[in-house]
Amino acid sequence: MPSDLESNLTLKKLREFAPQAVDEVREFRGEITICIRPDMLIRACEFLRDEPGLSFRFLSDVTAVDLYPSEPRFEVVYHLLSLQTAERLRLKVRTGGANPSVDSLVPVYPCANAFEREVFDLFGIQFAGHPYLRRILMPEDWEGYPLRKDYPTEGYR
Amino acid sequence: MPITLEKIPGQEERVILSMGPQHPSTHGVLRLVLELDGETVVRAMYDIGYLHTGFEKSFEDKTYSQGITLTDRMDYLSPLSNNLGFCLAVEKLLDIEIPARAQWIRVLLTELTRIQSHLVWLGTHAIDLGAMSVLLYCFRERETILHIFEMVSGQRMMTSYFRIGGLALEPPLGWLKLVEKFVKAFPARLEEYEDLLTKNPIWLKRTVGIGALTADEAIAWGLSGPSLRGSGVDYDIRKKEPYSSYEKFDFKVPTRPEGDVYARYLVRLEEMRQSLRIVQQAMDGIPEGPIKANAPHIVLPDRESMKTSIEALIYHFKIVTEGFHPPVGEVYQAIEAPRGELGFYIVSDGSPKPFRCHVRAPSFANLQALPKMVEGRLIADVVACIGTIDIVLGEVDR
Repeated sequence: MPSDLESNLTLKKLREFAPQAVDEVREFRGEITICIRPDMLIRACEFLRDEPGLSFRFLSDVTAVDLYPSEPRFEVVYHLLSLQTAERLRLKVRTGGANPSVDSLVPVYPCANAFEREVFDLFGIQFAGHPYLRRILMPEDWEGYPLRKDYPTEGYR
Repeated sequence: MPITLEKIPGQEERVILSMGPQHPSTHGVLRLVLELDGETVVRAMYDIGYLHTGFEKSFEDKTYSQGITLTDRMDYLSPLSNNLGFCLAVEKLLDIEIPARAQWIRVLLTELTRIQSHLVWLGTHAIDLGAMSVLLYCFRERETILHIFEMVSGQRMMTSYFRIGGLALEPPLGWLKLVEKFVKAFPARLEEYEDLLTKNPIWLKRTVGIGALTADEAIAWGLSGPSLRGSGVDYDIRKKEPYSSYEKFDFKVPTRPEGDVYARYLVRLEEMRQSLRIVQQAMDGIPEGPIKANAPHIVLPDRESMKTSIEALIYHFKIVTEGFHPPVGEVYQAIEAPRGELGFYIVSDGSPKPFRCHVRAPSFANLQALPKMVEGRLIADVVACIGTIDIVLGEVDR
């Protein structure tokens, strides 16, 4: 419902803070998804975390979706939670398939560390500025990124 | 090359100790790398993935209904919570209404799951710290709960009892008698655990002030559930974002400000009491009615109508052979699992199989705070800290 989106405080404040940061907004089943421009991700998250009245201080989750074969191929998905207002927010950043990379959120949310390592491990997306970007679930010498759509479920034989 | 701690240039050489993955107090196959100065931990790093089975990839190859069986196997100590999280996420995607009776039974069983999960935690946590007999007491009560699970679902652990749109079957006659027996007996049992531990001087020495995290640290490190509430943050998804009619139940959310191992112990004990209250209320007020949603294209028809109605037979055939087609979209559903925020993020492309299903595992997030908790402490405290965050490696590695 567009009317709901217009009256959403978070979106309004984010647009006031940085109008160019918001690429696209969607709503489905009462959940708001905001697509953020990749270079604005860290600033937007800092704003969402520190702005009184929003205070999205809890990063619940980081994951990714592979949209192969369309481009930009990857969406990195962040789920934020405001412990104050019990509101949830989904942020998305898109990155291309050739050399997928987004900025690391570790400086803003320390707990992004393991989440981003998992995304790197299973999707092969680089996180620029991550302090310890190594495989976390798969063995160190594993070839390929299992959660990519062009990776067969039974693995390479 | 396995994970290790690089030497910091200019610093003297220290002992690197590899703890696990076959260490009995790492609760499965967790490996810790500890840099030691004498008996003090200077730096710590965890190494996981030994149980990685690619559940998220498997989800993409199974229909939504088949996916439920995978969720049991992640956090194998609280299978019904996982079933619930997954079903709620898919139901949100489908936008279907669940009958009150099914919701009540779901609440009752997930709270029993919470109690039995906390019982395993208490028993293993105590045995790690040298209190052997508590484990035997806890497993005695857990057995009763597993018996209830077996009665309703046919399985003690891999229940898969909650289905998309409701429950698999109407629970058998007489199951509530067993629940009632448990509810009557359990408060006295809790007293027993408290007698054994709460004022025990050895227990206090091993837990008070150990692994302390402030509220800000706990939030920054993504802790959730009892671990977060042990640091004084009052956030419980059942209260703040109620699902499955939790808003109709009366219970308190225990918190403690200290943030140490002892505080988290007290929080979990009190949670068991509160869960028992919810079980009592749910038991007293289970409404009559259907246990499955009125959505024939999603929910399997019961056996009788399948044999007598051609429509039901067609739906049955379609659901089993093909699955159902949810709308295109994406949802994130979080529930308060015994270990914290369990979230399912499902992306649908309209086909009968999820395009992407991601699990936000509370154990995986909680584990990140471990190095912070143990650095500067003794090796013996590491064991207390692993116990207090209550990880299940099946869920960490998925």
